[in-house]
Amino acid sequence: MSAVSAPPSVVGSFTREAFQAHLARVAHLPAWWLARKQAAYARFAAAPMPKRTDEGWRFSSFATLTLDGFSFPASSVKPAALALPAAASLAFVNNRIVHQDPLPAALAQRGVIFDTLQNALLKHGDLVKTHLLAQPSKLGSDKFAALHEAFLEDGAFVHVPKGVELSEVLAVHHQADGDGAAVFPHTLVVAEDNAKVTVADFFKSDAKTQFACGGNDLYAGHGAAVTYVAMQDWSRDTLSFQFNATVAKRDAKVLSLNLHAGARQARHESFSQLSAPGAHSEMLALTVAHGTQEFDQRTLQIHQAPNTGSNLLYKNALLDQAKTIFSGLIVVDPDAQKTDAYQSNRNLMLSDEAEAHSLPGLEIQANDVRCTHGATSARIDREQEFYLEARGIKPAQAQELLVFGFFEEVLGKIENEALHDSLTAIIRQKFTS
Amino acid sequence: MKPPTEIEAAATENPVVGIDQTKGDFQYNVDYAFDAGTGLNEDTVRYISSVKKEEPWILDFRLKALQTFLAKPMPTHWATKDLENINFDKIRYYLSQGQKPKRTWDEVPDDIKKTFERLGIPEQERKFLAGVEAQFDSEAAYSNIKDIVAKQGVIFCNSTEGLREHPEIFRKFFGKVIPTGDNKFSALNSAVFSGGSFIYVPPGVKVAQPLQAYFRINAENFGQFERTLIIADEGSEVVYMEGCTAPKFSTSTLHSAVVELVALKGAKIQYITVQNWANNVFNLVTKRAVAHEDAEVKWIDCNIGSRLTMKYPGVVLKGKRARGEVISIALANDGQHQDTGAKMIHAADDTTSVVVSKSISVGQGRSTYRGQVHIPKHLKGCKNNTECDALLINTNSRTDTYPAISVRGDKNATQHEASVSKVSEDMIFYMQQRGLTEAQAMSLAVNGFINDLARQFPMEYSVELKRLIDLEMEGSVG
Repeated sequence: MSAVSAPPSVVGSFTREAFQAHLARVAHLPAWWLARKQAAYARFAAAPMPKRTDEGWRFSSFATLTLDGFSFPASSVKPAALALPAAASLAFVNNRIVHQDPLPAALAQRGVIFDTLQNALLKHGDLVKTHLLAQPSKLGSDKFAALHEAFLEDGAFVHVPKGVELSEVLAVHHQADGDGAAVFPHTLVVAEDNAKVTVADFFKSDAKTQFACGGNDLYAGHGAAVTYVAMQDWSRDTLSFQFNATVAKRDAKVLSLNLHAGARQARHESFSQLSAPGAHSEMLALTVAHGTQEFDQRTLQIHQAPNTGSNLLYKNALLDQAKTIFSGLIVVDPDAQKTDAYQSNRNLMLSDEAEAHSLPGLEIQANDVRCTHGATSARIDREQEFYLEARGIKPAQAQELLVFGFFEEVLGKIENEALHDSLTAIIRQKFTS
Repeated sequence: MKPPTEIEAAATENPVVGIDQTKGDFQYNVDYAFDAGTGLNEDTVRYISSVKKEEPWILDFRLKALQTFLAKPMPTHWATKDLENINFDKIRYYLSQGQKPKRTWDEVPDDIKKTFERLGIPEQERKFLAGVEAQFDSEAAYSNIKDIVAKQGVIFCNSTEGLREHPEIFRKFFGKVIPTGDNKFSALNSAVFSGGSFIYVPPGVKVAQPLQAYFRINAENFGQFERTLIIADEGSEVVYMEGCTAPKFSTSTLHSAVVELVALKGAKIQYITVQNWANNVFNLVTKRAVAHEDAEVKWIDCNIGSRLTMKYPGVVLKGKRARGEVISIALANDGQHQDTGAKMIHAADDTTSVVVSKSISVGQGRSTYRGQVHIPKHLKGCKNNTECDALLINTNSRTDTYPAISVRGDKNATQHEASVSKVSEDMIFYMQQRGLTEAQAMSLAVNGFINDLARQFPMEYSVELKRLIDLEMEGSVG
């Protein structure tokens, strides 16, 4: 019997030469980080491409994706202006920092750090080492998570010391520029005990075919409150991966909201770990899918301690021939009694050719829990549509209004008005473009 | 594998079907032992086919199925790894009636006898369920049922008879609802199937009393690979019940049935299963129906016992306004895994489907709901509603839910809701205050949990189901 050879992996543009060139660009960073990157590249190169028959890729069209044709071009464009009032901001174009609005002195004096990941690696290596990509990929994208770690060049680092509360938003802009540009954005948020912070990531590009492979780590210490909003508005031909890992400690509260608007094909994986009593994670997402866009969303809520809570609400509005996949899992460990977990995926079908797949899952090993999930797919209520049209509102506008009505349950959870407006503007643009 | 019997040795000498009929006393006399031995290979399949005097096409069908079975991997990439513990080489794939291990009522374990008593099953029936009765008695009971329905033109026989005596109907529908290669176990069944029912209900005929396989499955004893095919012709109605509500003490290790239902235009089929297998049985069953225009198929499925049950009854809603329903109850006790669910494949406009699944996990039991709802492109007016509720009794019990819902287009609606909870402490306290023991209170609460579904069972099944739950709940608390 001949030995079965492993299926060939797809390296595409991300060859060893490309990786060596990348390493040369970050050679000044700490040795431990470079070693981790080496290991990550080896994992990426060795891992086979996912197949549609893999359970974690069910219904996904990613099996046909190619990693060819991407590069790391330099760019001199200025980041797109953003109307969001922020305490401070960082702007990256093609993985390189191009602009920085530093923190107000008062916050800096209280020990808040908001800097590039490269600077943080050099100045706060231990902190970064503890939290950066500390959670293994659990939702099927080991290969791409390894790719992210291998090529991650720069990103944002937020550290809020014990008891410090920030009322204003910290904003991070990531832009991809030029055909074939590959970007690897990352935001690391560490909120120490009883700290409070809101961070917003903006992903934007205007060129044609690009590759984005981003990630974010959210760590909320005891009693901390972290709000994280990611607005993904890549170009319509971008291939996007985005990985989130959230860890919530005792009585911590984390709210993360992902808006999915751009990209040709986008896969978003979000993992929340409720690791101590009283921890709570609110996982929210809004998707406006049109044309032939495909949004593939995979989530995992792991309850590891008693009296923890999580609430997931993913709402998708589907137009044209768009496709969404939601696959979520609530896992309750045997010791996590008194868990209160909810998971909901609602699909609003706005076209006869749109396609929605829902796979909401539960794995419950403790008995004294309240775990529920729900999934629905349906069209707009015709009576509501008729009501609006009877009052002179055009059908397209009526549809937009009803979509906003559908999304309000999620948008309403964002207290910061400026952030709320930014989200609304991106969604509105999808209906006018 | 044990040395070949005389019959097996003879079976290899026939140039056509593997049997030299001039040699040996091989007259399909039930006094003779028909034993395919242990393990599965082409000879096993040829042996079964020859014993059943099958046409060449069905032997071909079996042999192709065997190849499919051998080629397919175990579905452990999505299902439990426990499947890997099945040793296909140690299974006896065909053991005719005459050769089944002799049992007498005295041999029945005491706890089983007590269970029968507590279930209120009459003495005669108890003995029957214990496998004491010879198969002739069973055939007699079977024939009685057949006579009554035969007056209406209904065909109700076993699948071997169906193949032999009604090939024009049998062949048209056989293997069409569940193709051989549907999954590894449907392929296995297709290769070695034996027993099972064949029912044909003529147009417009409404069968008044349920048709039951209650007796026959026991009579044929190891019915491990039974194959059932039910065709309800236009406008007809039939209710079919299988299994028994008493605990089985079968020594089988693998039960892998295939059940195909065809409800033609306007027909209604209700298929009721109440099964309680021994704790060593892998119960891996493929059940699917096709519902044509205005037809209705309802699966009512209750699974208690077994080591591992994997069963996902489905309906392909092929005609306009067809309706499909799956109502299921699963109870998983220590060392058991009930991996059950439902499939609803919408393939025409205005089709509707309902899935209601309730599971109870006791001790270290594990229950899983796995579902699929599929509404493809450009259909309109399709609706699905799925509800799954899981009850966890002890701290070590476990439950999982894995539905997959695919909807295309804006003219259809689906909704899925699932919840996991435990029995309310207040409720138990309330009942204990009124003099019930904790176990009695728990049992009452569990029966209350499934009450709305159990009411849909025929009364005698419903009563026995409740008693079975009482038995399962004993010792589960405290």
